[in-house]
Amino acid sequence: MTGVLPIALEEATKVIQALLIAGKEYVGVMKLHKDMSERRIREVFDEFKGKIYQRPPARASVKKVLRTRTIYYLDILEIEGRNILFKVGCEAGTYIRKLVFDIGRALGCGAHMHELRRIRAGPFTENNIVTLHDTLYLYNKWLETNDIKILRKFILPMERALDFMPKIFIRDSAVDAVCHGAHLTAPGITHVESGIKPSDKVAIFTLKGEAVALGTAIASTEEILKATHGIMVRTDRVLMPRGTYPKLWK
Amino acid sequence: MQEKAPWDVKRELLTKSDDETDPRYGCKPEERPYPDIIKFGIINLDKPPGPSSHEVTAWVKRILNIEHAGHGGTLEPLQPLA
Repeated sequence: MTGVLPIALEEATKVIQALLIAGKEYVGVMKLHKDMSERRIREVFDEFKGKIYQRPPARASVKKVLRTRTIYYLDILEIEGRNILFKVGCEAGTYIRKLVFDIGRALGCGAHMHELRRIRAGPFTENNIVTLHDTLYLYNKWLETNDIKILRKFILPMERALDFMPKIFIRDSAVDAVCHGAHLTAPGITHVESGIKPSDKVAIFTLKGEAVALGTAIASTEEILKATHGIMVRTDRVLMPRGTYPKLWK
Repeated sequence: MQEKAPWDVKRELLTKSDDETDPRYGCKPEERPYPDIIKFGIINLDKPPGPSSHEVTAWVKRILNIEHAGHGGTLEPLQPLA
């Protein structure tokens, strides 16, 4: 199978954990083992939207216990005989092959996945996707020409991986402390995105838009806006090298 | 209510206490010079069928001549039809 596979380079490998927990989107073709009415197919598809239970398949790398996953949407794009072209938006860790198998069981006819393509991993979609051939070609072209615009054509800043995480922006004077693993306190914060709740995973950014760290909010957006002191975000993973910004803390 | 996909959630940026940033430190992500552009970079790769996500990652490392790379979420391999 093919599709969107973001590859993080060097220091950017630290943002991978944000991508692993990011939602995914796929298009696929499911093959039914018997003829079924379109009405019945649509009814059963509707049952698989929202929270579903899923037991990971035998060959999966996680524990084979029943777990819940959220299906954000599950759209039928086309039905042609026993073939169903569908699009699904789902929580990280949803097994699509298993979803298709379970839909087949619920229909009573059985089904398997015939084709599958991932069209989104978190913020990364098929827009500006590149092949291995593109990568090789463009990298060699950069070596020949020394034109940095060529690198920018296919290498995106690691910050793009965090586009859909709730963001908190901090002033220059707070950056280096966070780079040393300090938790983020209220006075360092300049901006905060709406909708943050305690225990949400958040990304900490500089005012230039650079990612500083990943963390866990311990206050809501409203509380952060009002706070004058105290820890607002627990730093989980530092992304920016120490010393990028001056040390203005003791 | 049906939970929205993260990419369908709209967030608003709210100001707590604005400040200026010193241009002498750091760099806007879109303007990173070489080699930082690679050091802090991500490739949005279209994975070919056949090789594993792990193998494809190893090829990217070799092409760019870098030490470390990692992929964001294995694409399940397509099993042969029974």
